[in-house]
Amino acid sequence: MATETDPDRTEQIPVTDTPFELGGRTLRSRLILGTGGFKRLETLAEAIRATRAEFVTIALRRIDPQARGSLTDVLDECGVELLPNTAGCFTARDAVVTAKLAREAFGTDWVKLEVIGDDRTLLPDAPELLLAAEELVDDGFTVLPYTNDDPILARRLEDIGCAAVMPLGSPIGSGMGIRNPYNISLIVERAGVPVILDAGVGTASDAALAMELGCDGVLCASAIARAHDPVAMAHAIRAAVEAGRLARGAGRIPRRLHAEASTPDEGLADLTPPAR
Amino acid sequence: MIYVNGEPHERDGATITELLADLGVEARARGVAVAVDGEVVPRAEWDDRRINEGERVEALSAMQGG
Repeated sequence: MATETDPDRTEQIPVTDTPFELGGRTLRSRLILGTGGFKRLETLAEAIRATRAEFVTIALRRIDPQARGSLTDVLDECGVELLPNTAGCFTARDAVVTAKLAREAFGTDWVKLEVIGDDRTLLPDAPELLLAAEELVDDGFTVLPYTNDDPILARRLEDIGCAAVMPLGSPIGSGMGIRNPYNISLIVERAGVPVILDAGVGTASDAALAMELGCDGVLCASAIARAHDPVAMAHAIRAAVEAGRLARGAGRIPRRLHAEASTPDEGLADLTPPAR
Repeated sequence: MIYVNGEPHERDGATITELLADLGVEARARGVAVAVDGEVVPRAEWDDRRINEGERVEALSAMQGG
């Protein structure tokens, strides 16, 4: 199966799109890649190139003296910027300290803020998330919070000063897609900062739907990393994000209960046989 | 006795830079961060900051993650 796309052909699409402004930066790619779950660093590097992502997420864990290959070297070679996460933090305090450690480690004050409530669902813990977001914004961080698909919580995060809101489509790694498109639409309708769908994407159509609903971008890890062919899926999801964005701008037709002919009735041939 | 990433070590008085070397990590390496007793220790202090009896060091580095 061909996984190469012709970049010239993509650029021929007559897109009149506004640039993607995120945290004071102007980005070309509306797809952020999560680096978790890739079995080999070589595959990760290929997937990064296929997604054309400019930002990739990264985590901090205890140093493993047996670890082989330098993740940061691979990411630097790909020319991507790092978006550290606070995955695995259950309290605002742990998330704030982790963000500060990431700032020391990677020299960036951008953070994908995750404060989760339990291991089973990995759903955000809203009160802790708000506390952590407030403290990090006050400390000068560019905070991109992973949040529930709750329009009110999204508004609170924006009011605090978060640079974006990143509602989940469904739980992390579940591949369940967007369980509540209505809520995502409500978040988009009201948001004054970029809305990035984070978590739940299972395949390309989920990413396209997110963009059709008006999201400004998609963050995707497992759907690509754990696909049978991660690089092919990286191409697919990149194309889906672009397709969804184009479709959103193009404006979909309204849904109708009954059919509406696309071929006119006027001039229809009379093919009735003569009466005998 | 001090603790490095949860493991006890007889390295009382060692600096953070020395403890990182024990783990095979260059203190100048990108993507490394250290906390002592739950507080971030800035990179600039690693050469001088000595770890005392009972202190818990978390020495972290970049890992793949969503």
